[in-house]
Amino acid sequence: MKFSRIIASSGEWLSGDGPNRNIVVSSRVRLARNLRDKAFPGWAKKAERLEVMGRVKEAVERLPEMAESYSENLEALSPLEKQILVERHLISREHAAKGVGSAVITNTQQSLSVMINEEDHLRMQAICCGLQLDKVFAMIDRVDSELEETLDFAFDPELGYLTACPTNVGTGMRASAMLHLPGLVMNDQMGKIINSVNKIGLAVRGLHGEGTEAMGNLFQVSNQTTLGETEEEIIGRLNRVIEQILEHEHNARALLAQRKAVTLHDQIGRAYGLLSHAYSMSSKEALNLLSTIKLGVDLGVFPDSLRFPVDVLFIETQPAHLQKDAGTQKLTIEDRDTLRAAMIRAKLSEVPRPDIARLKAATPEPTEPSQDE
Amino acid sequence: MKCDVCQTKEATVFLTQIVEGKMQKVNLCEACSKEKGVNDPTGFALADLLLGLGAAQEIEKNPGSLKCPVCGFTQGDFKKTGRLGCSNCYAVFSEGLGGMLKNMHKGISHTGKSPKSHRRQRECGIRLKALQDDLQKAVAAEEYERAAAIRDLIRQIESEAQT
Repeated sequence: MKFSRIIASSGEWLSGDGPNRNIVVSSRVRLARNLRDKAFPGWAKKAERLEVMGRVKEAVERLPEMAESYSENLEALSPLEKQILVERHLISREHAAKGVGSAVITNTQQSLSVMINEEDHLRMQAICCGLQLDKVFAMIDRVDSELEETLDFAFDPELGYLTACPTNVGTGMRASAMLHLPGLVMNDQMGKIINSVNKIGLAVRGLHGEGTEAMGNLFQVSNQTTLGETEEEIIGRLNRVIEQILEHEHNARALLAQRKAVTLHDQIGRAYGLLSHAYSMSSKEALNLLSTIKLGVDLGVFPDSLRFPVDVLFIETQPAHLQKDAGTQKLTIEDRDTLRAAMIRAKLSEVPRPDIARLKAATPEPTEPSQDE
Repeated sequence: MKCDVCQTKEATVFLTQIVEGKMQKVNLCEACSKEKGVNDPTGFALADLLLGLGAAQEIEKNPGSLKCPVCGFTQGDFKKTGRLGCSNCYAVFSEGLGGMLKNMHKGISHTGKSPKSHRRQRECGIRLKALQDDLQKAVAAEEYERAAAIRDLIRQIESEAQT
């Protein structure tokens, strides 16, 4: 399958539906696996990396889940193509830096992807929309079970699955959810949330950036520890914490609507105004304003039909995606800012002006979790 | 309490030294403590006394020279990269890794998923162990017919496990 065909459609996790879809953008589970007694990719010589890649690639391509898939060696991809895969969360930044001896395989729906010879021989992930970590784990668990029929994974009865980095040993699992938390950010509550979540062995990170300064108010919550608990226990813990964060976010939104209504109206109005009329816009500014529009959709200020186009803009206004649309002409930063602004203007031109009157009706009293999903 | 060195005189000097989190204790008599230079705390290394002269230097040198026979990875490489060389490295560097894993994770034993081949092996092991207990009981009770049946079953399971 050609790269262009994969890229032509957005991932299923973006267009689909799922529980708590408003706030939980996506759920993801990745498993790290290695072949027994083969040097890990960071230590292996080129010949050994190629040998491992050959074996793993063959096994992955034979999976029924990968019947329709895109499979490519990293050295065959241009820097731009790699960057597009990064922006789509199909490969990691670290993997994009690899060349000969590494590969990527993803199914057409882009719900399942496997990185070969990243930090470990195999890094496989499943991703879908909304809060459904259990379903995503079941997906990737099945793939893992199928692969162990043909691949001899490094496993120790005491330490579990053995990984290049001791921080992943045991289950080799990293489960995460991407959360859109504009309410908590506007209320200055994110620092508190990050601190308390870190204390219980989970991590909250800004999607593009560090600490509380997350672009687009997007945060990733994931497990830090992988040894000493079962996969189900880890996911259960994560689910409980995410449910709590959701409740706090709903509360923060209700509080904003009640006590800082003018600020909230102002922010939504300004975001709409800037996005509809600007002729140059940086990636950071676009993400932050789009986040406010997304909040507006959640609060009923904009029609619900705007949800998907806005979510797509989060991805499509990233640098590599803009460059892809520009073809062979190499874009400067200024070119991209102009193009980004034009793309957003075009999308928003069909959107009616924010209907602030609908905001109150949609917002319940604070302390009572909203039922708006 | 007798002196750890001469094993004859009563110990009057009690030393405790903590090296990299490990506590070592030694009890000495007056004469031996003087001989070993214990009264000069700066020049004294407990490890020297316990393991013979020069052992302390050897231990210090040793971490760097530990090498994985499968992939050639050394402890020095681990210090540099924070990653291991291959799956066998976990056994080679297990001593140093133990404390590290304890700090990193919720526990030090894996309780999650295991590959099917491992599960089968483990189940097989548990079943064999139970049958062997039964066999012994049967023999002790002089129920030889039952013992023979159990023995056949054990052989069958063992041969199945091998294929």
